[in-house]
Amino acid sequence: MQTHAIDIQALKRAPLGDALAPSETSLRVQDLNLYYDQDSQALFNIDLEIPKQRVTAFIGPSGCGKSSLLRCFNRMNDLVDGCRVSGKLLLEGDDIYAKSVDVASLRRRIGMVFQKPNPFPKSIYENVAYGLRIQGMNKKRILNEVVEKALRSAALWDEVKDRLDHSALGLSGGQQQRLVIARTVAVEPEVLLLDEPASALDPISTLKIEELIYELKSKYTIVIVTHNMQQAARVSDMTAFMYMGKLIEFDSTDTLFTNPTEKQTEDYITGRYG
Amino acid sequence: MTSPKKPTIHSTGNPGLVAWFKSGEPMIWLNGAAVALSVIAVTGLILLLAVRGFSHFWPKDVLVTTISYQGSERSVMGEVVEELEVGGQQLREAGFELKGSGPFYGRTLMKQGNRDSFDSDFVWLIDEQMGDKAWPNDVTVIERLEWGNFYGYLRSVSRDGETIADEQSSPDQRWQAFSDLIADSVAVREEIHYIERVTIGYINHDLERLRLRERTLELEDALTAQQQLKLASEREELDAQYSVLQEQLYRLYDSIDRHNYTAELVDGRIVELPIAKVVRAFQPNALSVMGKVLMYFEKLWEFLSAEPREANTEGGVFPAIFGTVMMVVLMAIMVTPFGVVAAVYLREYARQGFVTRVIRIAVNNLAGVPSIVYGVFGLGFFVYFLGGELDQLFFPAALPSPTFGTPGLMWASLTLALLTLPVVIVATEEGLARIPKMVREGSLALGATRAETLWRVVLPMASPAMMTGLILAVARAAGEVAPLMLVGVVKLAPSLPLDANYPYVHLDQKFMHLGFHIYDVGFQSPNVEAARPLVYATALLLVIIIALLNLAAVNLRNRLRERYKSLES
Repeated sequence: MQTHAIDIQALKRAPLGDALAPSETSLRVQDLNLYYDQDSQALFNIDLEIPKQRVTAFIGPSGCGKSSLLRCFNRMNDLVDGCRVSGKLLLEGDDIYAKSVDVASLRRRIGMVFQKPNPFPKSIYENVAYGLRIQGMNKKRILNEVVEKALRSAALWDEVKDRLDHSALGLSGGQQQRLVIARTVAVEPEVLLLDEPASALDPISTLKIEELIYELKSKYTIVIVTHNMQQAARVSDMTAFMYMGKLIEFDSTDTLFTNPTEKQTEDYITGRYG
Repeated sequence: MTSPKKPTIHSTGNPGLVAWFKSGEPMIWLNGAAVALSVIAVTGLILLLAVRGFSHFWPKDVLVTTISYQGSERSVMGEVVEELEVGGQQLREAGFELKGSGPFYGRTLMKQGNRDSFDSDFVWLIDEQMGDKAWPNDVTVIERLEWGNFYGYLRSVSRDGETIADEQSSPDQRWQAFSDLIADSVAVREEIHYIERVTIGYINHDLERLRLRERTLELEDALTAQQQLKLASEREELDAQYSVLQEQLYRLYDSIDRHNYTAELVDGRIVELPIAKVVRAFQPNALSVMGKVLMYFEKLWEFLSAEPREANTEGGVFPAIFGTVMMVVLMAIMVTPFGVVAAVYLREYARQGFVTRVIRIAVNNLAGVPSIVYGVFGLGFFVYFLGGELDQLFFPAALPSPTFGTPGLMWASLTLALLTLPVVIVATEEGLARIPKMVREGSLALGATRAETLWRVVLPMASPAMMTGLILAVARAAGEVAPLMLVGVVKLAPSLPLDANYPYVHLDQKFMHLGFHIYDVGFQSPNVEAARPLVYATALLLVIIIALLNLAAVNLRNRLRERYKSLES
């Protein structure tokens, strides 16, 4: 018995052949538990392997822990008082939560884009150059190059090249979100974490972001959290379905949407709850 | 059985009081009334100050009239200052014999000046005793360095003891000769002032430094005969320079000392007075409107730019303006970094809990401590304790006369900085709290450390809030008087705290302040009537200066706000 709420093949923009080819692992999650407090556990025994240069989507109902899991990857949860992690999280085999890890360097390797566009109240140029500047780079020539390259790869260059010194706050929401992506890409991370990057945007801007994700995948490992199943189906190669802090099912997007193993997954993607 | 009422969307007849209250209209009226009241209060205050204060500089016509009382008659001359009605009963009880029978009598306050010739320079006259009024053109008002204004008729002018214009000369000639001599003596006085204040100031400064050097060597037991000789020769050189200047001063004083003028008072007495003491002379009754306007601005400019004279009741308030502004600026320089750093720690680094809550409450309560308490604390802690220690450590040569161990500009600024610290802390904390978490996260996610995030993103975004704190601090500090009286403000400071002598900014000096000036002139002055208009003028000036300082800060804040406008929408 199969129930198809979404016609996956119609939504996909490209044939899947390449996307499904075997790939190395970028991030490996082993038996991860996350506690926000003594008695509130957000994630339960997560085991997951995120392939390199693929788009992996986390889907699930609100509060299922998909954002919490994403924020474990670049240790954003460190900022939350009383937050505790057990288990292992490996980036290219290195333990992210090891004592010797320099969080700032880690975050340079694992960039993150948030739900709402959050440009700094600086010029467009300075927003993109920010990551390099904090690394001590002040050479105008190199900064110019990197800013242009980053803006181009975020498909924003043509729209803003004449007003790089204008405030980033004057851009539209969609442009701001692409600026934030450019800002993240400028420091050349290996992994891009996208936390519902299009949820605050209009459909056209969303489409642009999705196109961008598609382009960026050739260079970066991308992990995207989304509550929009169509979006997950459109952009991702692998999809993880989470529910109540547990990883229910993790498979290639195609399989997960067309032939889910778990009943819960099927219920969710067919819209029976969530 | 009643038929069910059909619901309607139209208002039904008389809504009644309850409905009126529910509509919210009374609240609008209440709010409007509160705003209107505030506006009226503020403009009323400013208008009162402006009218009372700035009319003082207008050259008023001089009235000449006679007063006949109990058979005797005398002439009076002066400016009408105030006119009011008093009850006859009150006057009779005060011992006046009144001719009229009405219940009210007009009284006039006249400024007759000539404090050196008459008992007092202000007299109250009863209108019914006044004879014919006249405003003769040749009445001369002479502003002097001593004894206040002179009112009378110019009779003769003498230069170096020789009469150069007298009753035989035409009035124009006399006036011309008089004006020329005044101009001469004013120029010479300026020269004298320069030598006394600046040139001799330098020499005194150098002499003091020599003395301190000698004393330092003495204290270190390093004063050799050779050094003594060297110091002595330097001192001799300075002494020689000093005596040359002294000579020059004598000559200058001499050159104007013997210019005199004679003038007739209203009662017919002739007095001879020195021209060297004249500030300016004019004949108000003969002045055209244009002439009066010019005179008005001249006097206004004098008020703003000159030093006070005659126990602060005449002249200008420049040292007080300077002192006020400098103190506020120093206060701002001290309080802003300190308050911001404290707020950053409280909001960004400290663990939010019981202790931070207690600290916040304490900081908020500090804002409510009466300012005089800060003054006492400043005197005890800053001046005596800190200042005393500083003197022991860095200025032992000057002891026993204190350098920083006495009230002065630095301690006054520091005391006010302490007084305004809570305001800056609270405002900055609020600013920091308002910065969206996601902006911080954005910076952290790019590999910035907390310190880098704070420095590059958070603090710039919180800068408008800091400016708000500063604005409130300035507004409070500039108007504060009570603590200043204990930690550095004086009635008359001999020199400005900023001059050309090393180290240029004299934080240890005492200074003048507009707020204290108001108190001193208005309530400590021997000549209250003469000083009253100056109180209004000074008060308005203080309000204007505070407003200007505030406007500057507000302007800066608006610019920052524009640049770092929040990310909402």
